[in-house]
Amino acid sequence: MPSFVSFFTPLIFGMIGLHFIRIEFSGIKFLDELNKNINTSNFNAALSISIIILIIFSVAPLLNWFILDATFFGDSKEACTGSGACWVYIKTWFNRFMYGMYPNAEQWRVNATFIIVLGLMAAGYFFPLKYKKYLTFYYVILLPIISFLLIYYLISGGEFGLEWVETGAWGGLSLTFIVSFFSLIFCFPIGMMLALGRRSDLAVVKYSSLSFIEFWRGVPLITVLFMSAVMFPMFLPDGTYVDKLIRVIVAITLFEAAYTAEVIRGGLQALPRGQYDAAKSLGMGYWRLHLLVILPQALKLVIPGIANTFLALVKDTPLIFVVGLLELVGMLNLAKTNPKWLGFSMEGYVFAGIIFWIICYSMSKYSQKLELKFKTDR
Amino acid sequence: MKYKKILPQFLTLLFIILIFGFFTMNAQENMDTRGIEFGFGFLSKEASFDIQFSLIDYDGSMSYGRAYLVGLLNTLLVSFIGIILSTILGAVIGVARLSPNYLINKTASFYVEFFRNVPLLLQIFFWYFAALRALPMPEDAPLIFGSSFMTIKGLYTPAPIWNNLDVFMIALIVAMIVIYFFNKFAKRKQEEEGKQYPKFLISLGIFVILPALTFFVGGVDVIWSFPELKQLAKTSFTYEGGLGIPPELIALTLALTLYTATFIAENVRAGIQGIGKGQKEAAASIGLTPGQVLKLVVLPQALRIIIPPTTNQYLNLTKNSSLAAAIAYPDLVLVFAGTAMMQTGRAIEIVGITMATYLTISLTISLFMNWYNKRIAIQEK
Repeated sequence: MPSFVSFFTPLIFGMIGLHFIRIEFSGIKFLDELNKNINTSNFNAALSISIIILIIFSVAPLLNWFILDATFFGDSKEACTGSGACWVYIKTWFNRFMYGMYPNAEQWRVNATFIIVLGLMAAGYFFPLKYKKYLTFYYVILLPIISFLLIYYLISGGEFGLEWVETGAWGGLSLTFIVSFFSLIFCFPIGMMLALGRRSDLAVVKYSSLSFIEFWRGVPLITVLFMSAVMFPMFLPDGTYVDKLIRVIVAITLFEAAYTAEVIRGGLQALPRGQYDAAKSLGMGYWRLHLLVILPQALKLVIPGIANTFLALVKDTPLIFVVGLLELVGMLNLAKTNPKWLGFSMEGYVFAGIIFWIICYSMSKYSQKLELKFKTDR
Repeated sequence: MKYKKILPQFLTLLFIILIFGFFTMNAQENMDTRGIEFGFGFLSKEASFDIQFSLIDYDGSMSYGRAYLVGLLNTLLVSFIGIILSTILGAVIGVARLSPNYLINKTASFYVEFFRNVPLLLQIFFWYFAALRALPMPEDAPLIFGSSFMTIKGLYTPAPIWNNLDVFMIALIVAMIVIYFFNKFAKRKQEEEGKQYPKFLISLGIFVILPALTFFVGGVDVIWSFPELKQLAKTSFTYEGGLGIPPELIALTLALTLYTATFIAENVRAGIQGIGKGQKEAAASIGLTPGQVLKLVVLPQALRIIIPPTTNQYLNLTKNSSLAAAIAYPDLVLVFAGTAMMQTGRAIEIVGITMATYLTISLTISLFMNWYNKRIAIQEK
């Protein structure tokens, strides 16, 4: 039987069937729901049936590949005999995908750092009400410093009897987190300053912020990373060496700061003039006006925009492979070329895709929730 | 009071000058110690490397300047194809997300939520290293539409060989000019006499018939060159003739299109949702047909909401096309910031030129779109 018959036969019969049951009101709940949702016209019925057929056709092979024909047990390539996915590959390489070339025996240090940092971030929720006003200070200044020290002493090591691990060995998903965490923390204040600078009355401040923003927004991240890798060392005094990871984080931070600045500017512009005038009439100066009146309102408005920028940041981190840092996607490409494990690129990409999807999707859902929470009628 | 205005400006200026001065001084020193002289003279030197895929004549004996041009054209090619395809797909998905049909609606939102939450680089790798590698070798490839072959080495389609292509092109341009003046005329007629012409049909007719005439009158002729299997060695086959589209281009276009279309779809949805229900009801109540409501009332207003963010997406797509370097599609970054820089070692000049090129492209597109945006903006009285 030719393959198109298996598509068109059910399509035509289904359409005829749906055409006959298309009744204005039948009193049967199921039928009415069906008519209302997928069967409003012949065209709609055809589309609905096509989608149902496509789902039926694609679910079976996908299910086979993912679960039924897949190999879950074993520890070498030889265990994978089925026609489905070889999850043994992911299992064997799991540590590499998560921690890169970080020595196996030392991986507890990465885990410990992440748990502590996550704990510190969550600690903000349990602050006693009395100290709530220091929360911003805690998140913007204290937390970055603590996390930096933690990463410096615990992950990098070299002191307190911990073995030193060079940044070149860091990698995998943990590197994705480190890079995006720091870029995220630093790009926010810089972006805020740039946004204020762009709206400033002072010509020099305004135009320097403007050209800074437009410059970073006009070039692709990959060229910025190239710049940090090959051009930046030329701009430093001979003999100085800045760690590759730090250069990358600075590059990504400046890049994303320009985008954050534009988002925050949108929020600043959306505030009515009356807010500025009212604050000024109370005798507030520039900084008090902005910190106490304008920014708290503007930042609420731009939560979705900022979340989108952060999402873009997380999705951009795989690009650091151009300077030789291997985070999750980079590690996949390395594992793919290992002669013992040739031919499993599909499993690797599907695995990484699922992980990134979970991270990004939950972030976007969380931002939607925040948006609803902070929605105030003005 | 005056120092309050001058002091911050002075400090900013000082800061900028200090940073730039520091960098320039160091760069000067570093280049002196390495014996490199700043300059763009290297652009006219022989490049002596080959490029896999190029739109213009190129070989290793040509200059670095020519290699730059090849890379730039490749970047523009993939951006152009990507922009067109993602606009079409994005518009379809955006409309589908508003469909009352539950299945269509859910399928469209599944597509959007799925493709935009996976890093673009990963998608490019997936298509290139996983999906396209599963295609058959050239000798086993099945025939598609009786003329094309989809193989692991790329897509081979028939290529047109034109006689008197310039006559055909002139006819196309003339057709566009005629359409422009016809539309102007029709608009004036409608405003003066209320008479309506089927503008779209007539325009389409002119666009098809005028160039088609040249086949009979202008001596224009097309011969199709079909790809044919050719044996290179015992187990190595390839196709000759026809048009060979490299898998790098296919993977890159696919990934860019699927990724960017999700964002465009969201813009389209927001644009259509942004039109109040009252607008549609008012239009219907003065007797416009549903098609007219869409064409005359909804779309012109929705476009105003859709175009600015979509321009941003076009810019993003163009900038994202630089990820081509990861799968060795010879775009600007790979050819120039990659190979050419390795060979010449002129980091500052080459990265500078590359960034300046992207900046120029971005600023040009945004200027054009600003102009267009102003044209369609509401003219308040």
